[in-house]
Amino acid sequence: MYPTPLYAPAGCDAFADVYEPAEDSFLLMDALEKDAERLKGSRKNKVDKQPFINEARCVSLIRPSVCLEVGSGSGVVSAFLASVVGPEALYLCTDVNPAAAQCTLQTSHRNHLQLQPVITDLVQCLQPRLNGKVDVLVFNPPYVITPSEEVGSRGIEASWAGGIRGREVMDRVFPMIPQLLSDHGLFYLVTVSENDPEEIVDVLGKSGLNGEVCLTRQAGRERLSILRFSKS
Amino acid sequence: MKLLTHNMLTSHVKGVTKGYPLIIKATEVKVNELEFNSQFVSRMIPKLEWSALIQAAEWLGHSQDLPSTLIPDYENDEEFLRKVHRILLEVEVLEGCLQCPESGREFPISKGVPNMLLNEGE
Repeated sequence: MYPTPLYAPAGCDAFADVYEPAEDSFLLMDALEKDAERLKGSRKNKVDKQPFINEARCVSLIRPSVCLEVGSGSGVVSAFLASVVGPEALYLCTDVNPAAAQCTLQTSHRNHLQLQPVITDLVQCLQPRLNGKVDVLVFNPPYVITPSEEVGSRGIEASWAGGIRGREVMDRVFPMIPQLLSDHGLFYLVTVSENDPEEIVDVLGKSGLNGEVCLTRQAGRERLSILRFSKS
Repeated sequence: MKLLTHNMLTSHVKGVTKGYPLIIKATEVKVNELEFNSQFVSRMIPKLEWSALIQAAEWLGHSQDLPSTLIPDYENDEEFLRKVHRILLEVEVLEGCLQCPESGREFPISKGVPNMLLNEGE
């Protein structure tokens, strides 16, 4: 229903150092597509049998105004999100890699969108201004288990190097999620089984966020899961 | 970098407590024409630090007689919304830098993208 957007040539030439969309990116887009009605803030079927919405939360379907993607890479996921949510939202995209920020800008132009890239480390510099304002937060983190020394690059390694348990980068973002999310905000996170997704749900649960696995897929050696969180 | 984005950025230099708004020093500014969407503008206004927007517009020489405080009932004032649309989305800083108002540290803007990365120890 929602096609994969055109994206600038990540992985080639000027964008050689930018993460080329892969199974993890596509699974994340599939999860967003699956949640399309919820993300659009559709008020149809309020009391319908959508398994991930209980009655108490039915009234909280509100059209997003502010969307934030951490680590936007090629920009394909934000472009996809924009195709679902529409033009009446602000799309901010951060990346630590300047080439990725340019790639996101190109992808934005190709799709006649208004994605706003910022080169920064995770969400640094967007706080405190975005606190309590983010309606959709999306993060496909560097989740691969690597030695800790490989974490902290600002080039292509930053797209996969996750350090111990593949958690070193995403763990830094977790405390900020409850601060950033609006009351009805949603947070989508890509993980692999080695990251211990159940423990992640637990950790964020302690800070007041309800989390669940919304989609999983085996991609080669990786068992990917998309987790979705919202405020209780 | 659009002024809408600038409105959301704060300097995170270590020890700085008053890092907002960042001072814009533009060397290349472009004005694009973008389709006016009154819904979008109305939805963004409550998220803005209005005085920071006015200040940013002034730095770029695009103040457009925008009021220094928000007018009530702006949702129904199309002329006003169009002025805001222009300043939020159509004026773009392509090259220049953002300066931390407290520490003076400059963050470059290159090809339309601000680089807010700090070096180790900053």
